[in-house]
Amino acid sequence: MTLPDTPAPSLYAAREPVFPRRVKGTFRRLKWGIMAVTLGIYYLAPWIRWDRGIAMPDQAVLVDLAGRRFFMFWIEIWPHEFYFVAGLLIMAGLGLFLFTSALGRVWCGYACPQTVWTDLFILVERWIDGDRNARIKLWNEPWTLRKAGLRAVKWSVWLLISVATGGAWVFYFTDAPTLLGNLATGMAHPAAYATIGVLTVTTFVFGGFMREQICIYACPWPRIQAAMLDEESLTIGYRDWRGEPRGKHRKAEGADALGDCVDCNACVAVCPMGIDIRDGQQMACITCGLCIDACNDVMAKVDKPLHLIGYLALSDEVAERSGQPARSVWKHVFRPRTLMYTLLWGAVGMALVVALFIRQPIDLTVEPIRNPTFVILSDGSVRNTYDIRLRNKNGAPRGFRLSVKPDTALTLSLEGTQGDVVTVPADQTLLQRVYVTVQRGNPIGTSDRTDLRFWVEDTTNTDRVFKDTHFTGDAE
Amino acid sequence: MSVRPNKPAKPQIEATGHVWDGIEELNTPMPRWWLWTFIACIIWGIGYAIAYPAWPMLSRATPGLLGASTRADVAEDIKRFELANAEISARLAAADLTAIAGDVALQSYATSAGAAIFRTNCSQCHGSGAAGVQASGYPNLLDDDWLWGGDITAIHATIAHGIRNDTDPDARFSQMPAFVDILEKPQIAQVVQHVLAISDQDHDAAMAQDGAALFGENCASCHGDGGLGNRELGAPNLTDAIWLYGKSPEKLLETITYSRGGVMPSWTQKLTEAEIRAVASYVHQLGGGE
Repeated sequence: MTLPDTPAPSLYAAREPVFPRRVKGTFRRLKWGIMAVTLGIYYLAPWIRWDRGIAMPDQAVLVDLAGRRFFMFWIEIWPHEFYFVAGLLIMAGLGLFLFTSALGRVWCGYACPQTVWTDLFILVERWIDGDRNARIKLWNEPWTLRKAGLRAVKWSVWLLISVATGGAWVFYFTDAPTLLGNLATGMAHPAAYATIGVLTVTTFVFGGFMREQICIYACPWPRIQAAMLDEESLTIGYRDWRGEPRGKHRKAEGADALGDCVDCNACVAVCPMGIDIRDGQQMACITCGLCIDACNDVMAKVDKPLHLIGYLALSDEVAERSGQPARSVWKHVFRPRTLMYTLLWGAVGMALVVALFIRQPIDLTVEPIRNPTFVILSDGSVRNTYDIRLRNKNGAPRGFRLSVKPDTALTLSLEGTQGDVVTVPADQTLLQRVYVTVQRGNPIGTSDRTDLRFWVEDTTNTDRVFKDTHFTGDAE
Repeated sequence: MSVRPNKPAKPQIEATGHVWDGIEELNTPMPRWWLWTFIACIIWGIGYAIAYPAWPMLSRATPGLLGASTRADVAEDIKRFELANAEISARLAAADLTAIAGDVALQSYATSAGAAIFRTNCSQCHGSGAAGVQASGYPNLLDDDWLWGGDITAIHATIAHGIRNDTDPDARFSQMPAFVDILEKPQIAQVVQHVLAISDQDHDAAMAQDGAALFGENCASCHGDGGLGNRELGAPNLTDAIWLYGKSPEKLLETITYSRGGVMPSWTQKLTEAEIRAVASYVHQLGGGE
């Protein structure tokens, strides 16, 4: 081992600030659109009202943790139906697989909250501090009253956005107008304030100061996505076979020998990640498409073909290098892998829709009591006990008539209630103990197991459901 | 810090200067904020160790400046729940016993609380499902047969004072004699046949005939002429299908020869009036209440 002759280098590096320049073009417009839609949904969804009846919340999208209900417009999900949420998560996963294998890191570039909020924060920054050059100048300036004032304004606006972001989140978990009133008067639950506080801090720090650091160092997703890309996936790349050798195209330097890249650094200046796409595919690239807009702008000005930087698939590189045209986008998108993801995604979606429509109008579970399995009564008859849970998902109370088959041998009675009808209050589950008795001498009373069927019928309409269970006799 | 963003940083990987066998160690510096996060975590850790119980000592851990204790939290939770239940608990203790079942809120509270108390105090003998222990003297509380009465008042009295215990003067009391000292063995066998006969089981008709007279002389004072029992004395009905100590001739012989008598403790000393009423309500609604 040779001893180092230079002082030990620093093992930690400070963040290099990034000052993305303003850019215009197709992808920038697309990103504005996506930002408007995603932020619009996020901020406004809790305020949509949806009438469900008197005893039910009238918020269209509501995660009622205390009541253990999930409301989504006309869909109401109870805890025992959580497979719907699991199904939606599976669909989200498959959707990501599909989009990533077809279009690369589109999630990162267009839809990820980190990207969207950072974009919004940069927009604010540009309004207040000016564009790239002004911001670099301001950064390098010593602290003056003007700089402090600009910083104060910028951070205040960021903070407002951050508070609104945390504030919007809590509205999904309780009635939004009530909570807003409580928040304003200081009457809301401490958990609401704590949640808003945490989300305000994370939004402010992640969107204002950490930005690309989150993508590069904190997020596992870029590393997972890399495994889902293949040579057919569309991703953003620099056509170095067209661009190199790059140069300023001054005649004196022999412009004829140079490639299309005029080395204007526009692609670097607009990059929110602070990278140079011309270095090739890299982990830090979120494929936001802004370098495409920047480069196309320049290519149009210097009268060269567009898309020196553009969406391309790795498999096209060989053809393009030898001057062949690239295969069409659709050929890259439609291939067995993406088709399979689409089919799987569609199958899960169809299964969920079917499951949604075949949900029983009455929810019934029957639990035979096994401690003890049967009771012998003084007249020698044998009795079994069942816990029946009846769910009323309507906004009004419902009466249910219970019966048991075969009714010739079995008699049914309800604990605490005369007759065979129980009323379940609106949006509640009723636990009703039910006794089924068979007279002495009937073979059911002495056989180990006899099948029986509980019927439950809504007294107000013709809805009825059944549940099969069994009767345990004294078979000693 | 001054930056020159127009010169994009070419990936120039710095070397640490360490070289082993011609292999150079490169330096890919970690982000500096990681270091700050790490230091912040250490500072947080120190603060946490001061504020909360942290260092294990011989008998207990250092208490921490904030005095946090999960045991105290539990005690506080229990106190809070007791306070929250105080009103309905007082109402339960004062209510007319027969009126509890008709009061939805009171009945719901009583059966929930009663179920918890039952599992803690009663399940050792009566079983967690209240089915007792068949043919072993621990009564099944689910059926419709009651030694001392099955209405809410009788159940309440049984729980409050117990049966044949020495601690409560109000305990229910009765004593079946051991007939080994009173009747001859063949006579006892005849009584067994009679009991089998009145409970509709296989029996020797001739012996049962003789047993009937003996039964009338020796047993009917408590069990009644027809063997229907007497709840005043806790004397079981001998004609029904439920047998606390078993219905086989061998078991009956043993019962008559040596007598039987279960003991149940008095719960007045251990449970509050509201708790006793809660258990009584719970037992009453298990399916056999009268």
